[in-house]
Parts: sequence; C-alpha cells; structure tokens
Amino acid sequence: MSTTVGTRPALTWVVHIAVLMLVIIWTIPTLGILISSFRDKDQIVTSGWWTALAPAERNVVFRAPAPNEAVEEDGRWVLRGNVFGEGSGTVGAFGISIQRPTEFEPGETAETRDGELITIGENGDFSIVYPEQPEGERGQRLFVASQEPPKFTTENYETVLFSEGIGQSFINTLTVTIPATIIPILIAAYAAYALAWMEFPGRALLLATIVGLIVVPLQMALIPLLRLYNDIGVGKSFIGIWLAHTGFGLPLAIYLLRNYIAGLPREILESARVDGASDFEIFRKIILPLSFPALASFAIFQFLWVWNDLLVATVFLGNNEEQLVMTARLRELLGSRGGNWEILSASAFVAIVVPIIVFFALQRYLVRGLLAGSVKGG
Amino acid sequence: MTVLTTLAIMAAGLIVSIAVAAAVYAAFDFILPDSKLLSASLVVILGVAACFGYFWSTNKLLDTLYPASGAHIVSNLTKANAIRPWLFLGPAIIIVGLYLVYPVINSIVLSFHGPNGENWTGTRNYEWLARDPAFRESVRNNILWLIVVPAATTFLGLISAALTDRIAWGNVAKSLIFMPMAISFVGASVIWKFIYDYRPAGEEQIGLLNAIVTGLGGDPQAWLTVPFWNNFFLMVVLIWIQTGFAMVILSAALRGIPEETVEAAVIDGASPFQIFYKIKVPQIWGTIAVVWTTITILVLKVFDIVLAMTNGQWGTQVLANYMFDWMFRGLDFGRASTIALVIMVMVAPIMFWNIREARKGGR
Repeated sequence: MSTTVGTRPALTWVVHIAVLMLVIIWTIPTLGILISSFRDKDQIVTSGWWTALAPAERNVVFRAPAPNEAVEEDGRWVLRGNVFGEGSGTVGAFGISIQRPTEFEPGETAETRDGELITIGENGDFSIVYPEQPEGERGQRLFVASQEPPKFTTENYETVLFSEGIGQSFINTLTVTIPATIIPILIAAYAAYALAWMEFPGRALLLATIVGLIVVPLQMALIPLLRLYNDIGVGKSFIGIWLAHTGFGLPLAIYLLRNYIAGLPREILESARVDGASDFEIFRKIILPLSFPALASFAIFQFLWVWNDLLVATVFLGNNEEQLVMTARLRELLGSRGGNWEILSASAFVAIVVPIIVFFALQRYLVRGLLAGSVKGG
Repeated sequence: MTVLTTLAIMAAGLIVSIAVAAAVYAAFDFILPDSKLLSASLVVILGVAACFGYFWSTNKLLDTLYPASGAHIVSNLTKANAIRPWLFLGPAIIIVGLYLVYPVINSIVLSFHGPNGENWTGTRNYEWLARDPAFRESVRNNILWLIVVPAATTFLGLISAALTDRIAWGNVAKSLIFMPMAISFVGASVIWKFIYDYRPAGEEQIGLLNAIVTGLGGDPQAWLTVPFWNNFFLMVVLIWIQTGFAMVILSAALRGIPEETVEAAVIDGASPFQIFYKIKVPQIWGTIAVVWTTITILVLKVFDIVLAMTNGQWGTQVLANYMFDWMFRGLDFGRASTIALVIMVMVAPIMFWNIREARKGGR
C-alpha cells in the first residue's frame, strides 16, 4: 500500500504531519499533568505548565521593614534588604504604587512624595534612602515583577505518598486487583475448557447465555448485591469486591478463552486421552500452557479494568483508610482539593503509572485480546 | 443421583478450600498481629489458593469416588465423565448466576417497591420517572453521548488507523494514541479538568484551553459550567480514551483486506482517497459495526467521568450517574433500580444481536 503513496511525495508529507498532529493532541493532556506534578506548587498556579522551562513571571508585593529601623549612613537614613527574602529571582521591573507596579526598570531610582529615594537592583537588593530620620511602623510597599528560575521538585510526590494517603490507597488497590485478576481467569479457564471440549446437555444454551451476559450493565447488579451482602454479613470487604469483579468479568473471560481453547488442535487432546490422561490432567498439562496468550490477554484486560474501576469500589468497599482505593481517593481529592494542582497532578500520576507500565510492556497481548474479542465476535 | 453427587462434591471441595484458607489466615494473624502489608498479601495469596484448592480437591474427590480402575471401571468412567463438566463449570455458573442473573431479576422486583425495597408500590416509580425533569435531562444527554461519542471515536479511529499504517513510525504513533486506554476514567478526568481550568480574565491562565482562547484574543470561560456545550467537553474525555481502541481494531481489519482489490483499484487509476472510501471502508463495515456497538455499550454505562468532573451539575447528568445519585444520596433503591432497568433496556437490543452473531459463528 505504501507504493501508492510513494508516488506522491506531497501526500506522504501530509500523512506525516497529520499523524504528528494526532500524536501531539493525544499525548499533550497527559504530558501536562506529568510536568505539573514535578513543578513547584507556587509556579503551577502562576504560570501554565507549557512555560515550565522558561523563567516564571511572578508579581511580588513586598513590604519593607518599618521606617524607624533605618540606620544612618553619611548623614542620610537608609533601609537595605532583599525583596525576595530567602528565595531568589530576577527583577524585571518595579514600582512603588499599586496603580503602576512596573513603572521603573531595575537600577533606576524612584522618588516618593515624601522625598524618599527607592532603588531596587536586578538581584532584588533594595535601598530606601530617607532625607531625614524617619518614624513610624508601616513599611513602604514595593511592587516587583520578578523572573524566577524554573523550579522542579519531587516534593509533591512525597506529600501525596506519605501524607495524603495515596501510599495506603496504592496498597489497597493492589489488594483488590491481584486476586480480582487471577480468580476470574482460573474459574473462566475451567469453564471455557468444559464448554469447548466436554460433552454435556445444555452446552449451547449455556454459551448463548454467557454471550448475552457480556453486555449486562454493571448498574443492574449494584443494588441487589449490596442488599445481599448486607443480609448475609459480607458487608464491605475485600472478598466481596473480588467476587464482584470476578462475576462482572467472567462472561467476557469465558467467551474469549472458549474461542481460543476451541481452536486448539483436536489431535493433541485426543492423543492425550488415548494415553489415559484425565480431563483434569489434560487441562493442567496441555490446555493451560497452550492457552497462555489468551490468558495473558484477558489478564491484562481484567487488570486494567479492576485497577481503573471506581464504581464497584465505591459501592462494595468502605470509605476508610484501610479500604479506599486509588481511584476513589483521587475522586475525593478532586472534590476536597480541587484547586491544589500540585497534589492532584502527583496523585493522578501515581494512579496511572502502573497501568501505563503494564500497557507498554504487554501491549502485544492486549491488542491480540482486543482483536479476538471484537473481530471474531462480529 | 448424579446431580446430588455433583453438588455434594462441589460443596465438599468449597468448604475444605475455604476452611483451610481461613485456618492459615487465623494462624498467621495469631502469630503476627497488626502487620498491614503482610495481612494484605496473605489475604491475596489465600484467596487465590482457596480457588485453586476447589478445583484440585473436587477432582481428587471425584477420582477417589469413581476410580478409573477396579471392577466397575466402565461405569465409573461414565459417571465421572458426566459429573466432571459440572465441577469445571460449577464456580462460573454459581458466580455468574449470583452476580449477573439474580440482580437482573431482583432489580425488576425492586423497581416495583419503595425506597428500602419493602413496600409494594406498583408502578409508582415508573410514573415518577416519566414526570421527572432530571430523568429527562439524563436521557437527553445520554442520547447526545450515544450519537457523538461512538461516531467521533470510530471516525477518528479509522482516520488514525489509515494514516499510521502508511508510515514507518506508525507503530510508535499507534502506541501513543492507544495509551489513554490504560488511564482510568477518574485519572483522565483529572487530566482534562486541568486542561479546562479557569481563571478570571486578566489573570494568567493555567488551563491549556483557556490559554489558547485568551491567546487568540477571546475571553476565558469556565468550560464545564457552560450549559449544553459542557456535555461535549465531557465527551471529549471519553473520545480521547477510546480512539486508540477503535484504531487498533480497525487497523487490523484494514490490513486484512485482500491486496488484489486495492491493486485492481490502483491499476484503474483510483486516487488514495477513492481507494480508502470506496474500496477499503466498504470491506470493513462489519468491524466498524463491532467497534461502534462496543463503544455504544460503554457510553451507556459512562459514569466516572461525569461524577468526577461535574457530578451531573450544570445540565450534564447522565443515566448511570443519576442512578448512582438515587442509590447513595437519595437512598431510594426502588427509584435507582428503575433507572438501572432503563439502562438495561437500552442495552438489550445489542445483547440479542450479539447472541445471534455468536450463534452464527459458533460451532
């Protein structure tokens, strides 16, 4: 197919540029959160993340020390200091009234109505020179438009992992995800084998039911199960949510695995049977190893789905430290810390980093599973 | 007789596995109390082990009851072969029955009952639903989602599949477009809320969208609160997540098109656009339909994005979130079940279509 395009170089360029645009649009949102999560929390709210590498513009209002602290130098009274205090920056412009905060260049001298001479250097050092000994407690207000060097920090991550509870939620999510991934695979694999290679009455009906159940909306199940859990005393527990995820994932798992296992060559199974292997042995020693690609595909699906789930976790787990999973925590932070982007961005990134690693490492299997589920199904 | 034996073996296997797992947990808990991480990993291991234990112990039991040796070897084998499929299928049938079939029936029953599912109220929930303005708003929004999201996603997926297949670094591009699939809806909501972030005019905009708008001379907007249009800003999030899925499947379908059809078109002097729209797309209609329905089902269940970004305020309510609202804030299980049933009814046609297709293709 590339030959058809190869004859038209202009079109090839259009394709390259179009794909580049798509890729940029699709990655920029994530990039924004990633970069923001490493930025200083004051800089996040004063400048866009796309300016992260440029010096940040910041307007500082600085109140000079009280005039009566001025010391005498050569017959004049002078106050000295630095408008940045402990921090650092570069003064772009300064002013002495709120109406004109950028009236003067650094190094220039501004004169107030009372005859005070104010100079601010580029590094933030200021001096206020009074013609005679000043009095009073109220310091002069100085307005500075400063250029600050970009600041990157891992502080946000330390905050969310250790004091915002994301660390604990990470463990909770793992506790939910691992069994909720393995248990359905195991149960589905046995069921799929039975549906593919064992003879029993009602097999076709069972298979049709499974296919139908793939699309049953989760919402249907929530209330009846919540009531059932409360009635039989399961309440809000990890076992409850494992089984719930197992139940919701099983139809698709059985369907995918059955399609795969039914496609395995009949001769292998027959020869094993002739050799006297029981179904249990055949399953363990032949079917399981041979179906590894299908098992891996479904495992990735289920892993991503459970890790990223919010609804099931909200319904079947409690709203406490020991049970709050990461998606639920993130949602809570969106409500309570809606404006604190340093916390939100770092938390979001902690929550998405594991699925993204799994995704890139095992993409091959994921794609294979998607194709088996959709193309064959249609 | 066989049924009873089957049930007895299953019960025995289940009880033994769970009892062993519980005993091990109790023992560990006694030796090392109060260690969070250990107890979490122990629960994980035991949960999985109990599951293995069931399959192992039931098969062991069956082989002991009807050994494949001795005097009754033939009748033993017949009996064991009749029972074994049900041992393999047992857990799946029980769990699917309990977690998917029972809830459908129970929801129908609950929809005729009051808030806590006790008193029979007849069709009052349905009457309330028909007159409820918030329900109408949800249905309207859901229909909007159903029209826009599958169409946009399939279209964008098709475009990106066709484009990335033509260039050398197409696989890298595919990976990057596909990546949002791995991100949770809540994570994506945080990501996009940052893009839509709003500061009053005059202040430095830190949200990308408002920065672009003000950069072009416009006024910044609080995008998520603009009635009607905010629905589209939420849809963008789902389109962003799902385009990669559509792309991967459609790309495989495009590659499966027989070379000869394309070559014939080239010889006839068709332009690349004609080849794409007149030769390739008609050949993959089946796959396009599958992608479309898969995303349609997803859209009907969309919940996390609305909950996390607007919680249904400013006219963005959808059915799934509205149901959640009545379940947790309204605490009216009857009304919530009725809304869930509406979602179920909307999914039902796709369900029957799937079953029909599977039966056609199945053995």
